[in-house]
Amino acid sequence: MEQPKEVITFDPNEFVLMDLNQLPSRLLENAVNEFAKLPGIGKKTALRLVLHLLNQSETDTMQFTKTIEEMKKQVKTCNKCHNISEDELCSICSNPNRDNSVICVVESIKEVIAIENTSQYKGLYHVLGGRISPMDGIGPKDLNIESLIERTTKEPIHEMILALSTTMEGDTTSFYIYRKLSSSNVVLSTLARGISVGDELEYADEITLGRSLVNRIPYHGK
Amino acid sequence: MFLQHLSLVNFKNYGGLEVELSSKINCFTGNNGVGKTNILDAIYYLSFCKSFLSNNDAVNIKHGDALFVVEGRYQVNDSQELIYCGFETGKRKRFKRNKKEYEKLADHIGLIPLVMISPYDINLITGGSDERRKFVDGIISQFDREYLFDLQRYNRVLAQRNFLLKQYGKTGYIDDSVLDIYDEELVETGQQIHIKREDFVSRMKPVFQQYFTHISKGRETVSLIYNSGLSNQNFREQLQSSRDKDKQARFSTVGIHKDDLDFMLGDFAMRRLGSQGQQKSYLVALKLAQFEFIYQQCGFKPLLLLDDVFDKLDSDRVEQIIMLVAQNNFGQIFITDTNPQRIHQVLSQIEGEYYHYHVSPNQLERVYETI
Repeated sequence: MEQPKEVITFDPNEFVLMDLNQLPSRLLENAVNEFAKLPGIGKKTALRLVLHLLNQSETDTMQFTKTIEEMKKQVKTCNKCHNISEDELCSICSNPNRDNSVICVVESIKEVIAIENTSQYKGLYHVLGGRISPMDGIGPKDLNIESLIERTTKEPIHEMILALSTTMEGDTTSFYIYRKLSSSNVVLSTLARGISVGDELEYADEITLGRSLVNRIPYHGK
Repeated sequence: MFLQHLSLVNFKNYGGLEVELSSKINCFTGNNGVGKTNILDAIYYLSFCKSFLSNNDAVNIKHGDALFVVEGRYQVNDSQELIYCGFETGKRKRFKRNKKEYEKLADHIGLIPLVMISPYDINLITGGSDERRKFVDGIISQFDREYLFDLQRYNRVLAQRNFLLKQYGKTGYIDDSVLDIYDEELVETGQQIHIKREDFVSRMKPVFQQYFTHISKGRETVSLIYNSGLSNQNFREQLQSSRDKDKQARFSTVGIHKDDLDFMLGDFAMRRLGSQGQQKSYLVALKLAQFEFIYQQCGFKPLLLLDDVFDKLDSDRVEQIIMLVAQNNFGQIFITDTNPQRIHQVLSQIEGEYYHYHVSPNQLERVYETI
């Protein structure tokens, strides 16, 4: 006997639903999509987080959204160094105990936090907001380089530490700043590059080990 | 160092194969399509973790099966090295040395140096200059990580610089101060690369010429010229003077990415005037010079694979090549050929050990051996 042909119908609504993992509510879907925009969050994790929030008491969930809203509305960037701040000047720039003759140039706020965590640095910062990379659409004018140069004329800066990534783009940015400051009296330095502290030599890659040898430093017994 | 034993499971046309190999010369003869080259490819796999024919591992699995295994037992000085390569569809390729799996394939490459001469080498002559740069870069960077680092850096800077020039075409605006920075960075890495390429070619050239003279019995003179814009003029000045040209062209017109190797027959380009046999002889001599270079760098003789190398060559040249590689300068050798008489005739004249295998579909038969 001949089998009846299966009829395939196409319902656009059904198609959209299926595409979004068949969630039962459009409101839920919207929330999941918003969470999935965050870095490192996929659709599944987003759904888990949304369901968690849904199960929380209303006060808890409201507290969560309020905190985020306040953060977004009230956090500013520091007028001087472009670090995050609640006021015109950030807590580092306005701290009279910091050494205002040294300035550390970093790519983003993440590096400020990392360097602060070392407790080794008492100077000021300058956040560039990225590094020069035409392929990513970032040129020198898209970074806070002009304001950095301006700071060297207005503030009593003696030394500038270039603490950028050791990638080609990081080096390009450092070199660009170096060029811009060629007529200034500011002393430029950059982070040491070489073997990491606590590393076994045999596991270091050849380039790092080679550079560490070439740029070796005097040893004074400790 | 040599390969003592090779075993294949579901590799290309072989369901299962075990081969004992001579430490000197191993010949595989048979008709077209019986799987001579596949044996060489398996040996290539064990050195470079990939096929020399394709980058897709799945195509090397015997049709209808789901995995292949290639295993080789090498004698290195007084000890043995057991190299295992296994690939299953949908899973990652696994490489083991003495039953211990590698974390990165890159850690294995270089352990068993190998030089392969195959009909595909003709691309070096007929192909674009990128083929010849790849040839030079591949050899130098095997032994010089700094070179590889500089090369990667150079290419990255070049990509950014070219992108900027391309943007200029769209927007009509370009930041010259950023181009200045890229120029400096190109000069810094480009000059290092140039020096090392120049040194490499000058070391290769005499060895290469000597081999060619031997193969052609001195009937032709050949040369190998490193053709680089950096040789005659300062790279920094060149970048400065071609800035406007680069802007017009929307890409970087000068630099080591324009380098080439000129293959010369007398005063003419080998590509234009060389006969097929002359081109082939040229490539064999070039690859043998590569062999010599690797030997000097790593201190032991690479395996030498000659795939269908005697096609298009006259009997004089075939004899000269076999006599050359059978000498003590070379280590273990693998040869494939469709003509068993030709190879047997030449090999029977030489002293030393050789195995001659006859390949028929899916199987091997050792037809001759000398000690």
